[in-house]
Amino acid sequence: MEWETVIGLEVHVQLSTASKLFSGTSTAFGAEPNTQANIYDLAMPGTLPVLNQEALRMAVKFGLAIDAEIGKKSVFDRKNYFYPDLPKGYQTSQLDFPTVGKGELVIDMEDGSHKTIGVTRAHMEEDAGKSLHEDFHGKTGIDLNRAGTPLLEIVSEPDIRSAKEAVAYLKKLHSMILYLGISDGDMSQGSMRCDANVSVRPKGTTELGTRTEIKNINSFRFVEKAINIEVERQIDIIEDGGRIIQETRLYDSERNETRSMRSKEVANDYRYFPEPDLLPVVIDDAFIESVRETLPELPDIKRARFQEQYGLSEYDAMVLAADLATANYFEEVVAGCDDAKLSANWVMGDLQAVLNKNETPISQSPVAAKDLAGLISRIKDNTISSKIAKTVFEAMLAGEGDADAIIESKGLKQVTDTGAIEAMVDEVIANNPDQVQQYKDGKEQVIGFFVGQVMKASQGKANPGQVNQMLKEKLSS
Amino acid sequence: MMIDSGLADISRALADGSISSVELTQDYLKRIAAENTDLNAYITVCDELALAQAKAADEKRSNGNAGVFTGIPIAHKDLFCTNGVRTSCGSRMLDNFIAPYDAFIVERFNEAGAVTLGKTNMDEFAMGSSNETSFYGPVKNPWDRTRVPGGSSGGSAAAVAGRLCAGATATDTGGSIRQPASFTGITGLKPTYGRVSRWGMVAFASSLDQAGTMTQTAEDAAMMLNVMAGTDVKDSTCSNAPVEDYTANLDKPLDGLRIGIPVEHFSDGLDSEVEKAIRAAIAEFEKLGAVVKEVNLDNSHLSVSAYYVIAPAEASANLSRYDGVRYGYRCDNPVDLEDMYKRTRSEGFGAEVKRRIMVGTYALSAGYYDAYYIKAQKIRRLIKNDFQKAFEEVDVIMGPTSPHTAFPIGSKNDDPVTMYLEDIYTIAVNLAGLPGLSIPAGLVNNLPVGLQIVGKDFAESQLLNVAHKFQQVTDWHTRQPG
Amino acid sequence: MSIELADVENIAHLARLHLSDAEKQEAANSMTDILGLIDQMQSVNTDNVEPLAHAFDAVQRLRKDEVTESNHRDELQKIAPETDQGLFLVPKVIE
Repeated sequence: MEWETVIGLEVHVQLSTASKLFSGTSTAFGAEPNTQANIYDLAMPGTLPVLNQEALRMAVKFGLAIDAEIGKKSVFDRKNYFYPDLPKGYQTSQLDFPTVGKGELVIDMEDGSHKTIGVTRAHMEEDAGKSLHEDFHGKTGIDLNRAGTPLLEIVSEPDIRSAKEAVAYLKKLHSMILYLGISDGDMSQGSMRCDANVSVRPKGTTELGTRTEIKNINSFRFVEKAINIEVERQIDIIEDGGRIIQETRLYDSERNETRSMRSKEVANDYRYFPEPDLLPVVIDDAFIESVRETLPELPDIKRARFQEQYGLSEYDAMVLAADLATANYFEEVVAGCDDAKLSANWVMGDLQAVLNKNETPISQSPVAAKDLAGLISRIKDNTISSKIAKTVFEAMLAGEGDADAIIESKGLKQVTDTGAIEAMVDEVIANNPDQVQQYKDGKEQVIGFFVGQVMKASQGKANPGQVNQMLKEKLSS
Repeated sequence: MMIDSGLADISRALADGSISSVELTQDYLKRIAAENTDLNAYITVCDELALAQAKAADEKRSNGNAGVFTGIPIAHKDLFCTNGVRTSCGSRMLDNFIAPYDAFIVERFNEAGAVTLGKTNMDEFAMGSSNETSFYGPVKNPWDRTRVPGGSSGGSAAAVAGRLCAGATATDTGGSIRQPASFTGITGLKPTYGRVSRWGMVAFASSLDQAGTMTQTAEDAAMMLNVMAGTDVKDSTCSNAPVEDYTANLDKPLDGLRIGIPVEHFSDGLDSEVEKAIRAAIAEFEKLGAVVKEVNLDNSHLSVSAYYVIAPAEASANLSRYDGVRYGYRCDNPVDLEDMYKRTRSEGFGAEVKRRIMVGTYALSAGYYDAYYIKAQKIRRLIKNDFQKAFEEVDVIMGPTSPHTAFPIGSKNDDPVTMYLEDIYTIAVNLAGLPGLSIPAGLVNNLPVGLQIVGKDFAESQLLNVAHKFQQVTDWHTRQPG
Repeated sequence: MSIELADVENIAHLARLHLSDAEKQEAANSMTDILGLIDQMQSVNTDNVEPLAHAFDAVQRLRKDEVTESNHRDELQKIAPETDQGLFLVPKVIE
């Protein structure tokens, strides 16, 4: 039996506004418990909500970026349930009239192919507070700093067909929200949270199987693992003759398994109804256009431009455009050295390797873009070879200065003087008659030996191209 | 005694120096101390605060900085948050709640120099029509202490009628200002929805609640509305409509005023003596130059039904925050979270509140939302349309505020529906968001009868003008109990 | 429309209210009466009527995104039933 996996993702993105969705309290991360919780956030009697303009703009901005219908009249609703981190006993959310309607996101697979994933909707809602279960001797501590922070809940169509596609979707979404500057999208800190709705069905059928909702996935890697393990679980059950129970399950990353969430078993009747303390949110074309003007060049457009403008391959363009900070860094390097190919190689290769190793974001790169451009310029103008450049780069990472300073102080300048090279070439030829004979007998690859000898004699500083050229001429005569 | 006078007279007396705010406040506090144990109009009396405010007011006056409201002692319904003072909403749930901020209207009155005598009694969380559901016990009607003053603003009504304050703030969701005003022979104003900010006014039914006034006269109501009305960015439902000086047009002649009398409000159920009094009152308006005609409010009979879906539904969500976690009552020794929620809420809330939470929860629950909540919102539109149609032909609508006079305490406790029908003439006005006033219009067996006057959106000025002209040619509003 | 005890239990749970057996029966009775009142709404046809959520046609005001609130934890927690190290305490929640 061949199975098809059907996945829909619900992603909650914490919007990076200065204040909360309905109150003027700060949303800054890391404050002492309950120091960012005012009378509205604490749901004191008589308090009322007023909508944060920037949260609305950010939601619309997202909608425009995914080519979605923008809800010109959207409505907030109360979603009623009891939990200690939900101070009002209801969450103010949007049900029937969300700010963002149907849109789509094009995802990039590892093999270079693209797939369009539908986005059903995106709506604004309040975040809940935090419950701390340790440290309180049989009690739970509630911190409401986070309560009321604006969230954008983005719901995908069940168009995703594998764990890998799910990861690609999340990565593209992550890239998009960073581009838009609406969130820092940090899954480990909870500013981007993902729940996966997973079901399976026999390949070729169209009816949807019973789905489960997987929660508590806090990294791209875990998304892939959680989905895969859940698909396996479901297939096992069905193949054994059982039925899937529609339920919410928690992903346990340590055991790599999903577990049923006891507290959510009882079906929650949320009794949604329109929020009477808020009026319908009406936006006009002028508002939407003013938001549209703030849209940056989006990832896919930038990728296409990189291919066109810099002659990069689709793959290279995609990698560089995926992260806005990297894209900007790359362009700054190109501007400084006028060589897109070299710039791409160095940013994606040597630099990225160092950043990955130290888990440093490019915004905190030890080598500034203009300095990398400086290094590449010296390769281009033959001051140093590519190989020597790596040495210089190491020194730059160690904080020893810029490229010129290091080349100077370490005397790494490439030898390009024809006379000097000729002298070394002549010497090497004279000292190695056997290899000369081998070359003349047709063993052409022996030229590598000669090149190596010249490089050794010049302490790596001879221009390899010139050495090669000259050896060929002299050995062929 | 000065403390028997209304706001306008007191303001003049303070201005011309015949009495000081401190003296006035002391006199009120003395009377409260003597009467409140029996009447039970006040839940909290703010002796120290009041005297401090009175002193400050007198100082302001001696510096030449006094305004119209400086030094006038008033009371606030215990539904309005008052910073540093208990705000109980008539409930055990908030018996220990010291509000950490002032409601918008409280701030306004404080800025205007008013003196806060105390917080008045009310039906628990504003749910009731007799002030019998309060955790602090029922309020008595000064006209007959075996009878109810009406509700939910029974305490404010009894305080004004019993001359325990010069005026009081109150709230009206389905009739909670107008009906008690009617039962206690005073003037009660519910402004247009959105005219007065709800910030700091503890929510019962958000789309219906509105803050208003309880006073002896329409002129006094205008004085209070001048302080209360206005935009507040903290309340998203508060209107930007321009604020007038509500005292400016009180004396405008009523010639040509078109009065509509809803046929539906004069049918079965209306006490015949009350009807007589109301018709006599309306005849006075004709003498003043008004013309009267019948109008139809076809969907009137459905207003109570629609209200008892919408109000409990909104209330059921508004009251979810009372969970024993961050403030207010918490049950003793909860064994787990569920136990804490359930016992806190069951012990903290009284029977009527729990009943309405249940009804509201039911109306919103899966499978019933369309049949109940949406249906009620549709009826609401029909009711609003009825008024709009009527107002194409008339300027104001008049009728009885209540089908009868004040009933005995305890006489309607068997069946909630009987109590709900108390508001049969007032509820539609809240559903339509319109302004409504009840003024004393007669006595039946020495119990007050109230005339309800309803106006178009933001027509408070006209309503107060109409009421004031009536009060210039009649003396029902001057009658006092005993 | 009559309300059964099972309905009462379900609603009471959703609303986090605890009712004794006697209270449950009383609730069933009074709710049945109230629903009788409410059911009168069904007597009028509202097929082509738009629900009215807000009395007036107004739209939501927007607030500038700026921090206007400061820390008042100590003052606000003075009236809390139970706190420790700045957190509100409740009986332990099992996820």
